[in-house]
Amino acid sequence: MSGLFTTLESFVKGRDERAFSIEEAVRHYLGRIEGLDSGLGAFLTVNPNAINRARQLDNRLARNPAHSPFYGYPIAIKDNMHVLGLPTTCASRMLANFRPLENATVVERLLKAGAVILGKTNMDEFAMGSSTENSAMGITRNPWDTERVPGGSSGGSAVAVSADLAPLSLGSDTGGSIRQPAAFCGVLGLKPTYGRVSRYGLVAFSSSLDQIGPFSRCAQDALELTVLVSGPDGRDMTVRDRDPQEMVREFDGSVRGMTIGIPEEFFGDGLDPEVAASLEQAREVWSAEGAVFKPIRLPSARFGVNVYYLIATSEAASNLSRYDGVRYGYRSLSSQTLKDMYQNARREGFGPEVKRRILLGTFALSAGYQDQYYRKAQQVQSLIREEFDRAFHEVDLVFAPTTPTPAFRFGEKLSDPLAMYLSDIYTISANLAGLPALSTPSWPTRSGLPVGAQLIGPSWSEGRLLRAARVLEEAVGFRTPPIAVQATGGKTL
Amino acid sequence: MSTEYEMVVGLEVHSQLLTRTKLFCRCENRFGAPPNSLTCPVCLGHPGVLPVLNEEAVRLGIRLGLALECSIHHRSVFDRKHYFYPDLPKGYQISQFTYPLLTGGLLTVRSGEGTREVRIHRIHMEEDAGKNMHAGIRDASHVDLNRSGVPLLEIVSEPDIRTPEEAVDYLKKLRQILRSIGVSDGNMEEGSFRCDANVSLRPRGGSVFGTKVEIKNMNSFRFVHKALLFECDRQAQILDRGERVVSETRLFDSSTGRTLPMRSKEEALDYRYFPEPDLPPILLDPAWIEEERARLPELPQERVSRLSREFGIREEDAEALVLEEDLSRYFEEASEAIQEFAGKGGWPVEQGTLRLVNFLLSEVLREWNRKGAGILVGPLSAREVSHLVSMVVEEQISLNQAKDVYAVCVESLKSPREVVAEKNLFQESGDEALGGWIAEVMAENPGEVQSYREGKERVFGFLVGQVMKKSAGKANPQKVNRMLKEALSR
Repeated sequence: MSGLFTTLESFVKGRDERAFSIEEAVRHYLGRIEGLDSGLGAFLTVNPNAINRARQLDNRLARNPAHSPFYGYPIAIKDNMHVLGLPTTCASRMLANFRPLENATVVERLLKAGAVILGKTNMDEFAMGSSTENSAMGITRNPWDTERVPGGSSGGSAVAVSADLAPLSLGSDTGGSIRQPAAFCGVLGLKPTYGRVSRYGLVAFSSSLDQIGPFSRCAQDALELTVLVSGPDGRDMTVRDRDPQEMVREFDGSVRGMTIGIPEEFFGDGLDPEVAASLEQAREVWSAEGAVFKPIRLPSARFGVNVYYLIATSEAASNLSRYDGVRYGYRSLSSQTLKDMYQNARREGFGPEVKRRILLGTFALSAGYQDQYYRKAQQVQSLIREEFDRAFHEVDLVFAPTTPTPAFRFGEKLSDPLAMYLSDIYTISANLAGLPALSTPSWPTRSGLPVGAQLIGPSWSEGRLLRAARVLEEAVGFRTPPIAVQATGGKTL
Repeated sequence: MSTEYEMVVGLEVHSQLLTRTKLFCRCENRFGAPPNSLTCPVCLGHPGVLPVLNEEAVRLGIRLGLALECSIHHRSVFDRKHYFYPDLPKGYQISQFTYPLLTGGLLTVRSGEGTREVRIHRIHMEEDAGKNMHAGIRDASHVDLNRSGVPLLEIVSEPDIRTPEEAVDYLKKLRQILRSIGVSDGNMEEGSFRCDANVSLRPRGGSVFGTKVEIKNMNSFRFVHKALLFECDRQAQILDRGERVVSETRLFDSSTGRTLPMRSKEEALDYRYFPEPDLPPILLDPAWIEEERARLPELPQERVSRLSREFGIREEDAEALVLEEDLSRYFEEASEAIQEFAGKGGWPVEQGTLRLVNFLLSEVLREWNRKGAGILVGPLSAREVSHLVSMVVEEQISLNQAKDVYAVCVESLKSPREVVAEKNLFQESGDEALGGWIAEVMAENPGEVQSYREGKERVFGFLVGQVMKKSAGKANPQKVNRMLKEALSR
């Protein structure tokens, strides 16, 4: 890269020393998007107002020194969060022309701090998928191997940070949609505690599991962004009254004396040997820094995928009921009756994976089946929660793979939904238990594909998770994919 | 040979709440605004929005729970109820299913000469849907979402009601309570108080319920009465033929007075209820409930007992007054004025109170129904009307004159004093004036006087008429009667 800045800290330094203007910083990223994104497909919309806003911010900066580190900072947003003035498509035909009437709370907070929205990133339709192949707007390529998927559903946001098309981005994670693409693309991805970040303005997939979180190049930046967007919001009653600054306090320090649990259920069959080897190296780093590892059991976690595909689909079927073509969104003009209108809008507006989940969720909640599916799933969910609670009496964090394998090839799992669902096998438990979890880069495979190390913590322990991640990132170092370096003739950082 | 049937009715009432804003967004909760002018992304069901509970609605729910002596649950949960309809923007209604805010409770209704206790099954909170509009629009339907998200309490009774009259009295009493505690305006025309009925028949004295039919679309007390009567006949005929009543939902058609099938149980919707993940459970602080208990006003039934006790009026009259809360307040204020006038005039208070009650329940109530509560203030305040009633008691004017005066007052918005003065109506009751007119009439009509004294009592009326004519209508007719009889018998 051309080397304007690499981290939030270096951005603030450059900005305040007038090493570059905000407009220059924003132009730099817009230029990279223009140069690289036709080959990657990370962005669905590039913000046409970004340069104007940057100029305004520069003007104000000339009069008053900035306060927030995010003042003038460029950022990319997954296309399921509302940014006033830009469409929110959720990568669906259904919402291809939808323009929101207000900003998401997280966007509101970013804008208030002075951030510049670069654009909206690609995703699996309505955040349903693990490869971003389910986007109705086209695929997104993994910058480490463009024949491979970036993961999903927040594939575009992961690629944006990985290929340095944006220094930071926001994604959403319902069953692994931040951590899995972070692992596939070699960046840090954090899913905060359920109730940490307001979901207002995030188009709901599964309301009790969805959580917004950052993609970043380093733990420090993930911390800053999470702190900025966290905390009570009068528009989301599921946000808990926790002080975001507790994360900052817990971030300081090392892993010395920390006990990290290793659940045997997460390191068994199905885990790619190269991934296992990489994670073993990560473990040694933490050990060397003074962390203690302890085997633990999370026996119900193996039901996680089953439970997830009942609860998440039930809520999804409900949340997606509003797309009926009556007030906004896709409407089929050929309809004769009201029922026709509904059916055609949904038949033509939704893609196959979305339909599959609506059908599954409708079935799981229907009369006569609710007890054996939805309710049973809720009971197992409680078990998973309890097992984590018990584990956190003994350990400070849990260490696990983020994904069973590195990024797979396009089409490899598209025709086999179950195989696709299993790529979230290690990430789903944290959503079901409402716990914070992150994926941070470990050492790559021999062929250079990124591998993610997952850490799961007790509720509200994001600071601790990021502290441990920072220790590993100091050892691994951040790698930029060659495609992103060559394209601009820059240098690996 | 037809069996004698007993009707079994349970009622479901949807009452809109008098909150300033909607249940889950801060749009205004108001009737009659231009279509879709009171909407926002939340009540339009836009992608990405979340509900935020209006605490005032919960407070009103607590008040109703206290008034009906329900169990008020310290933890209740919102659920989603799913169905597709254009007036339901999210494709689901946020309601309470498994854990409602209130359960149990009682309402005592009139049943023939006695009373019946109707048990409340449950009361839950939910949001209203919008309104589809088809009238006057060609080839299209329009949707108005002003009502979408308006807070409702759904009040479900046990099947304890046995006659259409009891059903109507239940609804009247319930509406009265809702209004008196400030929970709802109970306006049926504007749809803020709506009712569905579950109706079945069984042989009188039986203990097993028959197949029930749900009736919708009864938007006045009169229609409820009509619909239940019709449905009772319809089901009785089916049973008399030896056939079975079909479990279904029927709509009342007010133009024909009949109920018509809407959908059968086979077509019944699967609502797929599940807990609303966007709203945490409602947890009530017991102190809040106690606070509301202390702030609860006098309830209608309590008021009936107090009015009849304090003012010595009949319980039926007190009940009639209390049916309209404004009227009963007006009565109390007027009664105090009556006491004052009685003290000054030296006549018994009870006499004035009795006349006041009759006047309120006939003249004032009629005008109030016609013109609204505007007639209870200003020149027609309680004090002015009790003054008018006092004039009748003191025989300054006749009751008929008082009625005329009142009617003029309502139209002209003048006070009774002004109208009486303008019309120079003060009744003449003085012995001297009346005696003078009587003497004159007797002198002018010797033949009639003679006939009367010979037993032709028919002419008495004629003579009274002559006296009234001489007085230009101001003579006190009762006193003229009495004095004329005396004079003729001399």
